[in-house]
Amino acid sequence: MNYLIDITLIAFGAAIINNFVLYYFVGTCPFVGVSRKVEMAVGMGLAVTFVMTIAAFLSWTITTLVLIPGAPLSSFIGSFFLPAATAQQIDLTILSYIVYIFVIASSVQFVEMYVRKFFPSLYRSFGVFLPLITTNCAILFACLTIMSNIAGVENPSDAWDLGRSLVFAFFGGVGFTIAIFIMAGIREELELCDIPKPLEGAAITLIVGGILALAFMGFTGVGTGLKDALTFSRQETVMNHPSTPDSSIIAANVEKAVMRFHKKG
Amino acid sequence: MADQPTAYERFIQGILPENPVYRQVLGLCPTLAVTNSMNAALTMAGAVAFVLLCANIVTSLIRNLLRPHLRIVIFTLTIATFVTIADRFLAAYMYQMSKTLGPYIPLIIVNCLIICRCEVCASKQSVWTAASDAAGQSIGYALALSSIAGIREILGTGMLFGFRLLPEIWPDWVIMVLPPGAFITLGLLLGAANWIQIVQSKKTDNN
Repeated sequence: MNYLIDITLIAFGAAIINNFVLYYFVGTCPFVGVSRKVEMAVGMGLAVTFVMTIAAFLSWTITTLVLIPGAPLSSFIGSFFLPAATAQQIDLTILSYIVYIFVIASSVQFVEMYVRKFFPSLYRSFGVFLPLITTNCAILFACLTIMSNIAGVENPSDAWDLGRSLVFAFFGGVGFTIAIFIMAGIREELELCDIPKPLEGAAITLIVGGILALAFMGFTGVGTGLKDALTFSRQETVMNHPSTPDSSIIAANVEKAVMRFHKKG
Repeated sequence: MADQPTAYERFIQGILPENPVYRQVLGLCPTLAVTNSMNAALTMAGAVAFVLLCANIVTSLIRNLLRPHLRIVIFTLTIATFVTIADRFLAAYMYQMSKTLGPYIPLIIVNCLIICRCEVCASKQSVWTAASDAAGQSIGYALALSSIAGIREILGTGMLFGFRLLPEIWPDWVIMVLPPGAFITLGLLLGAANWIQIVQSKKTDNN
C-alpha cells in the first residue's frame, strides 16, 4: 500500500507537477526544434519515452550492481586483488557520467537497430528522431535523478528500487510527450497568426512555452495534497473512527490565519 | 582548408555574429535553468568555457585519427571526461554553488553547443584555431547567460549579486526567477536580437 502511494506520487510528480520540460527545462532543444507538426511531436515524445525507460533500466542496474560503494559486482571483482574490507568500499560513482552517456548512446543504437528490423513502420514514423535522442538532456537527466536517489540518500532503505526508477522514467517521458504535444498543437494554430517578424520561430515558441509553464505552475502543491489525501484515506480505513478536530480549534486556527494575513498586509 | 575561417575570425564570430544562444539557439537547457541568479549563471558559463576549451583542443589534436561513424561517440566521451573534472572541482571548492546548480553541471555533456563546436570547427581545424573558437564561443555564451540572468535577477528580486539596485518599493516580480520567467525573458531577448539584425541588414541594403 505504501509502495503504491509512493509510485503514484512519483508518477504524478514526474509527468505533471515537475514536468521535465516546463519545470526542469530539460529537453528544451527538441521542444523548440521539432514541435512544428503534431505528428512529429508525438513521434519524438514516444521515442523519448521509449529510450528513457530503457536507459533508466540499464542505468539503475549498472548503478546498483557496479557503481555505488559496496556494489556486488565491483566488490566481487575487487576481492580478487584487494583485502575484503577495501573491496567493499570501492566507489566508482565518479565514473557515472561517462558510463551513463555510453549507456544512452548504445541503447539508442540498439533500439534503432531493433526497431528497424522488427517494426519497420514504427521505424519510419520515428525517422530521424532516434539518433537525435542521444543528445537529449531529458534522458541523461532521468539517469542522474535515479542515481542521486540511489547514491545520494542517507538511509539505504530510502533508495529507489527498479520499479520506482522505471515509473519515474516512463512518466517523465509521458510528461515530455504531453508538453511537446500541447506545444505542437498551439504552434499549428500560430502558423495562421500574424506574428511580428522578429518574434517568428524560436522566440514565439519560447514565449508560448513560458505561458504553458505558468499554467503548469498551477499544479504546484498538488503533490503534497495528493500525498495527504492518499495517506489520510488509508488511515481512515485503518482506524475506522477518524477523529474530527474540535470546532473551537478550527475557529482559533481561522482567527490566527486572519491575524497573520492582516500583519502581512 | 583554404575556405575555413582563421583563428581570429573564429574568435570574433563567436562573440556576437554567431552568438551560441541568440544566433544559433544552442544549449538552451542550462541557459533557461541556471539564469535565475547572476552568480549561478557566471559559474555555469565558467564551467562551459572550461569544458569547451579542453574538448575543442583534444578533438583538434586527435582529428586525424577520427573515424566518421564513431566521431560523435568520441566527442561525447571526451566531453564527459572534462565535465566530470569540472563537476568534482566545483563540488570540492564551491560546494554551495555545486548544490545550487545540481544536475545541470553533468548536463553540460549533452549540451548541443559543445558537440556542435567540436563537429563544426575542432574536428577540421588546427589546435590554435579550435582554441580561439572555443574562447570566442565561451565569451559569447557568458554574455548571453549574464544578460538573461541580469534581467531576471533585477526584475525578480530587485538585486544584482546581492546588492539592491531597485528601490525597496519595487514589488518583486517573483515570476521572473521561476521557470516561466526564463522562457519569457529568453523569448523576448531572442526577438530583440532578431529585430536588431533585421534593422542592420536593412541599413546595409540601403547603402
